[in-house]
Amino acid sequence: MRFAVIVFPGSNCDRDMYHAAKDALGEEAELVWYQETALEGYNAILIPGGFSYGDYLRCGAIASTSEIVKSLHREAEKGTPILGVCNGFQILLETGLLPGALLRNKELKFICQHENLIVQNNKTLFTSAYQQGQVISIPIAHGEGNYFCDDETLASLKANNQIVFSYQNNPNGSVANIAGIINQQGNVLGMMPHPERATELILGSEDGLNLFKSMLANWRESYVTNA
Amino acid sequence: MLQTLEVSPELIEQEKHYREMGLTDEEYQSIVRILGRRPNFTETGIFSVMWSEHCSYKTSKQLLRKFPTEGPQVIQGPGEGAGIVDIGDGQAIAFKIESHNHPSAVEPYQGAATGVGGIIRDIFSMGARPIASLNSLRFGPLTTGRVKYLFDEVVHGIAGYGNCVGVPTVGGEIQFDACYEGNPLVNAMCVGLIDQKDIQKGIAAGLGNTVLYVGSKTGRDGIHGATFASEDLTEDSESKRSNVQVGDPFMEKLLIEACLEAIKSDALVGMQDMGAAGLTSSASEMASKAGMGMEMNLDLIPQREANMSAYEMMLSESQERMLLVVEKGREHEIIEIFKKYSLEAVAVGVVTDDKQFRLLHHGQVVCDIPVDTLAEDAPVYHKPSQVPAYYKEFQAMAAYEPKVDDYNATLRQLLAQPTIASKEYVYNQYDSMVQANTVVAPGSDAAVVRIRDYDKAIAMTTDCNSRYIYLDPEVGGKIAVAEAARNIVASGAKPLALTDGLNFGNPDKPENFWQMEKSVEGMSAASLALDTPVISGNVSLYNESNGQAIFPTPIVGMVGLHRSTKDITTSFFKSAGDVIMLIGQTAAEFGGSELQNVLAGNYFGKAPQIDLTVERKRQDQLLAAIQSGIIKSAHDVAEGGLAVAVAESLFHQEQLGAELELTGDATAELFSETQSRFLISVAADQVDALVSLVDDAKVIGHVTDSNQLKININDKEEVNQAVADLQADWKGAIPCLLKSKA
Repeated sequence: MRFAVIVFPGSNCDRDMYHAAKDALGEEAELVWYQETALEGYNAILIPGGFSYGDYLRCGAIASTSEIVKSLHREAEKGTPILGVCNGFQILLETGLLPGALLRNKELKFICQHENLIVQNNKTLFTSAYQQGQVISIPIAHGEGNYFCDDETLASLKANNQIVFSYQNNPNGSVANIAGIINQQGNVLGMMPHPERATELILGSEDGLNLFKSMLANWRESYVTNA
Repeated sequence: MLQTLEVSPELIEQEKHYREMGLTDEEYQSIVRILGRRPNFTETGIFSVMWSEHCSYKTSKQLLRKFPTEGPQVIQGPGEGAGIVDIGDGQAIAFKIESHNHPSAVEPYQGAATGVGGIIRDIFSMGARPIASLNSLRFGPLTTGRVKYLFDEVVHGIAGYGNCVGVPTVGGEIQFDACYEGNPLVNAMCVGLIDQKDIQKGIAAGLGNTVLYVGSKTGRDGIHGATFASEDLTEDSESKRSNVQVGDPFMEKLLIEACLEAIKSDALVGMQDMGAAGLTSSASEMASKAGMGMEMNLDLIPQREANMSAYEMMLSESQERMLLVVEKGREHEIIEIFKKYSLEAVAVGVVTDDKQFRLLHHGQVVCDIPVDTLAEDAPVYHKPSQVPAYYKEFQAMAAYEPKVDDYNATLRQLLAQPTIASKEYVYNQYDSMVQANTVVAPGSDAAVVRIRDYDKAIAMTTDCNSRYIYLDPEVGGKIAVAEAARNIVASGAKPLALTDGLNFGNPDKPENFWQMEKSVEGMSAASLALDTPVISGNVSLYNESNGQAIFPTPIVGMVGLHRSTKDITTSFFKSAGDVIMLIGQTAAEFGGSELQNVLAGNYFGKAPQIDLTVERKRQDQLLAAIQSGIIKSAHDVAEGGLAVAVAESLFHQEQLGAELELTGDATAELFSETQSRFLISVAADQVDALVSLVDDAKVIGHVTDSNQLKININDKEEVNQAVADLQADWKGAIPCLLKSKA
């Protein structure tokens, strides 16, 4: 399986994402500089965390105007799995691939700590290796991770099972304890917690590894089906 | 149009304008002798920053020479951007600590942020990838609005910069004492990983090679920052707000990536960060170190503002700028790399062989100075030193005997002292995990970061109990080094080397200079005894506010190596049934203790004693025991004594408790700050194995599953507390102080 990790100026979890796919999962991964325009030929696209463009203007806003985002839209339509973590999630919201917005944490401070997440939907290509309702420990590290959407959007997220992860102890004020959501098509996942930081026991948790394993298993399955 | 009016060389001399720039009459006269003429305005400014304490160490140089700086592990000692130690496999660790005290006192957010940015640049300018940041902070008591503001904004500044730039902030320490109220300390340390073959030096070698200016444009910020850092803080320091630089961590992140890419090119000859004294120090030092000269055309310097004078450009401390020297004819190779990151890289000068530092502006030569005189001819001062009256008085005092009635209440009080209390409020605001290598995050004795692709790790800590150093600078200096090494050893690593962040008051006062002398002597002795040479550092003097000096605060930043990740040990108890042991004997030592602070409200008497031979033996033996795999937890016994150490060891895992049986004087057993002690836990069947490896270890209790801490002394129950309650006091103390009305 080939993963692309998009690197924007100011991305800083790009290598962590790369190592999660390459070393922890043992698959192929490549860092793709944001000025590249082609994203064909990858089986999944990872948008890492960090501070693209220094978070100036608004988190993810400037990155969402780059050329590569057009390719991202094309890949999303084609059904290529796309995972955005932290700043990657913020970018996905700014591009409109996912609904809602991320506000400043309710305490107005950056928070870095392990959080327990509840797997709310294990019937996605990102979460099939988890049990429904499973509690997993994944670190968060963000200042603007307070997910917000209007009531209508929230009702639709719930109705379509688009809430994939929620916080057990909401650290940032997110609506409905939301930690991660998926698009209706089921191939674009955005989440604030960092699964790539939880892929080895020595780092305190390997609960994030199943997310990457789910992606691999689903790719293998679709590869066999499509072959 | 804003333009600075410059006085003529004649007026500079007649009206003594050089004094406003921080030069003395004698220093001015020696400049005239060096040049054979009167310096112009720009040249006077250049000499004044290069000869400031911050850049020249003119007052501290003779003391710094006392530090042991060599050892088989040392690849680069003091003198470059950072020191470098060998960690095997062709790899090395570069690290350094630096102060940003005065800027942080007047503009805490930017002062702290640019402190972090500056030290990170020192590391990657050596060619090393920054893998961890630490800090060491000092504030007044958290009781006034001003101190709370400084504290909160310094922490925000460190978080704002460090989180964005993608270097995990893995450790640090904070001490609160009244002497820091007007003059907080903000010292930032950065640690970088490098392949030894990639080590880069800041030299401008090769006649005719091109000088490239890289990064942010030059503005009027931070002009004379190095001079500002070399004066006392006074009531009107507020007016120096505009001397404080403004940081852009996004720019720094781009610079890191571009510079580390440029390192791989053999077109690059040398690279240096524009830190204190900006363009002046980077350019002149690079030329001087190479035995060459340099000529720059200031018209070519990228400028943020119109009509900047040569003086302003040369003294600006605008952030996120680097100076590179590249092979003539291959400039485009390096410029291309920077272009990829949308960074400016502009040829601004050439390396010459006449050893002159020559600057052109609007077609005029505005500076023509023998370059070596800037770095090497700076005056060296041998300041008078005098034993302070307070020291004599403290040494003559009978030992302080604290009276404790209620051991339960006192323990809870100690845990809620801000210096001891949980710093979670602070470190949760730092991204401590980015780069996905952090094994031990803030909260244990030392932070641990693993080295990817190898089974080894790096331990790091910052430490300095300035209360002991105030009471007795020599003994306290020894303790500072020993305690840092103790933290490293307790985490399972072998201490390799240290960087010193020397923070003192005004050295012109003989009592202050004596403190400097003695603490450097103490630190040197401990560095030798523990085989931790001093490989880099920083000196910050004039830390006074309204005439009152801070406690002498020579901060030790230390790095150690875990030969295997299996050796990584934390301070927290692991499972019920484990046996708790204390390494080392306890004496009644309360001078400079947290208990003295609580009961008496100040510090006096003698500092705790330390025997460096005993210290070394215990550290070696404990490390051997950890490496043999029998140690479950290890914790250095520090502020607040054994009772606090035991409580801290319980604050990680829910449901554990401890029962201790001690004999002797209850107050001393619980709260004395006797040095060279470790609190460890081992499985019950490993006690004999431990005793065969470690000489001074004795069983003092065991870990329980009761969530209670019970301590019997001479068979009488003196402490019995729910761990959850103790933890609530410890965790809640700092947030509670911040919320309470000033």
